[in-house]
Amino acid sequence: MSLSIRHLLSVKDLTKKDVDLILKTAENFQEISKRPVKKVPALRGKTIPLCFFEPSTRTRASFEIAAKRLSADPIQISSFGSSLSKGESLLDTVKNLEAMDPDVLVIRHPHSGMPHLMAKEVSCPVINAGDGINEHPTQALLDLMTILQTKKKIQGLHVAIIGDILNSRVARSNIILLTKMGAKVHVAGPASMIPAGVDQYGVQVAYDIREVIPKADVMMMLRIQRERESASLFPSLREYARFFGLNKNNMQSAKKDVVIMHPGPVNRGVEIAPEVADGPHSIILDQVTNGVAVRMALLYLMCGEERENAKIKNQKSK
Amino acid sequence: MAEKHLMSEVDMDAVIKSMAKQIIDDNLGEVALAGIRTRGVPLADWLAKRIIAFSKKSIKVGAIDINLYRDDLSEVGSQPIVHRTEIPFKIDGTGIILVDDVLYTGRTIRSALDALIDFGRPKFIKLAVLVDRGWRELPIQADYVGKTIKTKADEVIKVMLKGTDGKNEVILKERFSAREMRR
Repeated sequence: MSLSIRHLLSVKDLTKKDVDLILKTAENFQEISKRPVKKVPALRGKTIPLCFFEPSTRTRASFEIAAKRLSADPIQISSFGSSLSKGESLLDTVKNLEAMDPDVLVIRHPHSGMPHLMAKEVSCPVINAGDGINEHPTQALLDLMTILQTKKKIQGLHVAIIGDILNSRVARSNIILLTKMGAKVHVAGPASMIPAGVDQYGVQVAYDIREVIPKADVMMMLRIQRERESASLFPSLREYARFFGLNKNNMQSAKKDVVIMHPGPVNRGVEIAPEVADGPHSIILDQVTNGVAVRMALLYLMCGEERENAKIKNQKSK
Repeated sequence: MAEKHLMSEVDMDAVIKSMAKQIIDDNLGEVALAGIRTRGVPLADWLAKRIIAFSKKSIKVGAIDINLYRDDLSEVGSQPIVHRTEIPFKIDGTGIILVDDVLYTGRTIRSALDALIDFGRPKFIKLAVLVDRGWRELPIQADYVGKTIKTKADEVIKVMLKGTDGKNEVILKERFSAREMRR
């Protein structure tokens, strides 16, 4: 069994079989994180640069922990504190990293499409850890795993993604992956935050979250991204919280077994009220736990593909 | 391809019973079984059932997946599928008997030892196998052997178990030689 992809740039490239293999592997990796010694030797001697050219807590820590639990050597690179701040171009930085023979390159960048460009330039597999407003494939995979764990199925499930759909790479990756796997996806938010033509992804659009709350089996609240343009798309945070935030009151019309998700970091009291984020329906921290397992699975599987490719290349050159 | 019947279900049960007796006679104190995935797990269950029947005492059974500990990970093609390791008991201070279907090069057992030790410090580790077919590449021997079978390098011992293969039987197969493959 192997993946059909070499790089993980977009969830679009994943076949259903790939997704099943990744999630199955991730599930079986979870046990490792519960051991007294949380480490297995599978990726001993693999070097994995984690290039985070944008702030991150969860994803960065999650990738580092994933690599370390498999005995690989992750290396943290950020724009602050690297030669990028001396004016080195990103391409040069990555080319130099490549010269040190990494096995997988993980990259997050504020510009959409940057990991795709890097994948063309370097010889090792590249994992997109979030590129601008485009995609965040590993987040979508860990979200899918978390939904499957709590709901036991994905086919026909109503998943509502609520908030800044326009600027959210989490939303884009989730919409694509969830519809691919058979879920019914609804998006809701202020009209200024719903991208034109979003219905081409096969999603239902609502501009009032009260429409989607009673239908949803899963509600995914998106963060208001103050560092992007989110803030200029609505009059005030208070108004946003009032009309589009999830709170005790509008939760009353939700299904009894609804689960609430959030990719983090949470703006408490804006897109989600603290009592909901910490409430019984919240599976936000399960998402974080599963993130480590999903990233372990990806690193493990992608290192294997690489070996397979190298072998084929060797045979051809003989 | 030639196939030779080696053991029936009755034969298998007989050797498992005698291994169970030996284990009880050895008076090992607190002990648990750990089956090596895939076929070591149903075998461990089988052995446990016999031990319980003789000793009237319960015995715990776990499952180990050794794929992450293989020494050929850098040689095999795409990654082997990883299954769950389940050790539902405390390893520290407990005696562990590893259970596998066939003992061959010894490399699987080496991996299993590493995997087990990551869970703690067992009092001792012993090894029980249904078939020892020789051809060791590492200094590893079993403490309890169901049956020793002399084999040629190009032969394969296949242990079939109800849970995984639909029936309980041990057969010997000849591997296709390169010339036959081309034919």
